Amino acid sequence: MALLQIAEPGMSAEPHKHRLAVGIDLGTTNSLVATVRNGIAVCLADETGRSMLPSVVRYRADGSIDVGHKAVAAQATDAKNTIVSVKRFMGRGLKDVAHVETMPYDFEDSTGMVRLRTVQGVKSPVEISAEILRTLRRRAEASLAGELVGAVITVPAYFDDAQRQATKDAATLAGLPVLRLLNEPTAAAVAYGLDNAAEGVYAVYDLGGGTFDLSILKLSRGVFEVLSTNGDAALGGDDFDHRLFCWILDKADIAPPSMEDARRLQMKAREAKELLSSCEEAPVHVALRSGEEVNLVVTRDEFADMTRHLVQKTLGPVRKALRDAGLAPDEVKGVVMVGGATRMPHIQRAVAEYFGQEPLTNLDPDKVVALGAAMQANVLAGNRKDEDDWLLLDVIPLSLGLETMGGLTEKVIPRNSTLPIARAQEFTTFKDGQTAMAFHVVQGERELVSDCRSLARFELRGIPPMVAGAARIRVSFQVDADGLLSVSAREMSSGVEASVLVKPSYGLTDDEIAGMLKSGVEHAGDDMLARALREQQVEAERVIEATEHAIEQDGALLSADERAAIEKSITNLRALCAGQDHRAIKSGIDALSRATDDFAARRMDSSIRNALAGHKVDEFET
Amino acid sequence: MSIDLTQDYFTLFGLPRQFALDESALEAAWHELQSQVHPDRYAHLPDVDKRLSMQWATRVNEGFRTLKKPLERAQYLLELAGVDTALETNTVMSPEFLMEQMEWREAVEEAREAGEVEELEQLHHRLQLHAREVRGGLARQLDEAHDYAAAADTVRRLMFIDKLQHEIDEALLALEE
Repeated sequence: MALLQIAEPGMSAEPHKHRLAVGIDLGTTNSLVATVRNGIAVCLADETGRSMLPSVVRYRADGSIDVGHKAVAAQATDAKNTIVSVKRFMGRGLKDVAHVETMPYDFEDSTGMVRLRTVQGVKSPVEISAEILRTLRRRAEASLAGELVGAVITVPAYFDDAQRQATKDAATLAGLPVLRLLNEPTAAAVAYGLDNAAEGVYAVYDLGGGTFDLSILKLSRGVFEVLSTNGDAALGGDDFDHRLFCWILDKADIAPPSMEDARRLQMKAREAKELLSSCEEAPVHVALRSGEEVNLVVTRDEFADMTRHLVQKTLGPVRKALRDAGLAPDEVKGVVMVGGATRMPHIQRAVAEYFGQEPLTNLDPDKVVALGAAMQANVLAGNRKDEDDWLLLDVIPLSLGLETMGGLTEKVIPRNSTLPIARAQEFTTFKDGQTAMAFHVVQGERELVSDCRSLARFELRGIPPMVAGAARIRVSFQVDADGLLSVSAREMSSGVEASVLVKPSYGLTDDEIAGMLKSGVEHAGDDMLARALREQQVEAERVIEATEHAIEQDGALLSADERAAIEKSITNLRALCAGQDHRAIKSGIDALSRATDDFAARRMDSSIRNALAGHKVDEFET
Repeated sequence: MSIDLTQDYFTLFGLPRQFALDESALEAAWHELQSQVHPDRYAHLPDVDKRLSMQWATRVNEGFRTLKKPLERAQYLLELAGVDTALETNTVMSPEFLMEQMEWREAVEEAREAGEVEELEQLHHRLQLHAREVRGGLARQLDEAHDYAAAADTVRRLMFIDKLQHEIDEALLALEE
């Protein structure tokens, strides 16, 4: 007989292991990693004490890769191999990217996502982002002295499906299990809301290096409900730099600069912009490689003038988000400012004017997203405590639909639907004897398919021949809590079923990812088999722990036979874990999952019954 | 095995099966249910729990949306009562109603072509008042008279109004771009 464990009062009966999890803000300009330590979210610093990692990756001729400050230093001298703001290319084709003509890269416009030719070969934005994530993962593992169970990675709320999938793929490449993709403004709202015990309707105005988001949230008794979100996935601080860069070129009377000189001037433009947030004017002194010199001064007013249209551009999404939420500007209780670009005084002024109140700038706009992500990661990893009884209800930013006759969009899931969500739509055949049907999945608000983003195309084959209009093809959309879509199609009337799963055409194929993973692992000198074995052992341990915990809590829901069967599966899995065969462990995990299938369903049912039973009397009777 | 499909949304949310709705009770129940089934609560558990959680959370969100929107709530009540609203095929509406609809539609079209934002907003507002009136009638038909045939007819009217409102929204959005 097992010995009974006695816990100290107030402690979990199960000797609770703190699982290491991090929140990562994968930014256009800078990236951060944060974790919850002793109940407090903190950003993790590198060995020199800096927490912000510039999102810059340099591929060197000798095969090594620099990430962060070291790469920044080479921006001007090795521009072609030093990639900045890679986030702008995630899930995008070359034609979608603004200002390519002033970028010093050697682009390869393959179908789907754009790629860059470097001294180390052709790199996809996913691989480049993975280098940033890998650097942060190593920093976290060194700092926390252990292996991470996973990470919450933030994405702009207005990122579409292709951009989200690309971000998730980058994490997979970096060896980071993704606990959740979290929208940046939502992460900020969590950090702000929990710190300030905020209640009511808040707007989050998030202007990052390359993206703009505006989310409206309702905070009530620990629930963070996103009412609506809007934005511009290609508008950010970079555009203010670019505007100033163009102004400098215009004023300085110099020959068209080389790629390297252009990079120098862009860096100078950014410095001047940052200086103008605290000073009335900023000098622009640059000695160019060409021998020319730039000697200018830009004032705060001049800068505000030349970028006024960009500030105005952010107000469109603000209006739309408010309208979708059914609210007027004065119904918003507070406006949380996020992203380094919101330090610009003329942005704060425009926001104050629009909402009729001073925006909330009492938190660090660079760190708040990473801190919120860390809080969410801590809860998702299973470290939830009683005081962490909060919940996020987020939405999908852009409508999802299918192309119908005449190049029109039929919306299947409307924007601002709370996640997760599933919807199905029925279609029928157009011709007699038609045995196949082509589907085109799109995302966006516009009526014409050509104005929306194409996500995927697929065909359903094997429809039994029938007269036109007799077949019933049901197309199902499911969007999960990460905001990622899967689509399946099925012919219903004949009983013949066929279904297909979709991967975005702007993403990488599974084969490509497998190939990159393999070469990445070889590069790092890891042993694939050892890694696979360790991963399965960790997974098995996790599943066993969760199952035992479930039996301890809800064992009453099991018959003696069922309980014995589950315990037998656990014993088997334990035995397999001692071996060296990762596939056998995997099948042991699957066997245990099958054995607990019914039990899990019963537990879910009972928790739902309890959810309402406990509250009916005091809360629902009004 | 997994999802109890016999349980209707009203039962799931602990609300009376009727058209009149206590919105704050619906919302409180939605939050309570999601705090039990949301995928964020199951992220650290085995795949079987994650799958169940996603199915349940999806169903709870679908139920919330269905009960929250008056038109969908009415359609759902009729469906539960076994009334076939035959929404796609049965479009026999009274000539007066159709005339009225045509007039609304023409007004919207004219305002849209002339780019009159204020006129569109006016129309939207008037339509909203009209919809409220129609919904009042629907509540009496469903909750008091239990006259489902009449209610089905009103539901069809509301669908026209809903579609028109949506078109005004789209027109306003397009004018803003």
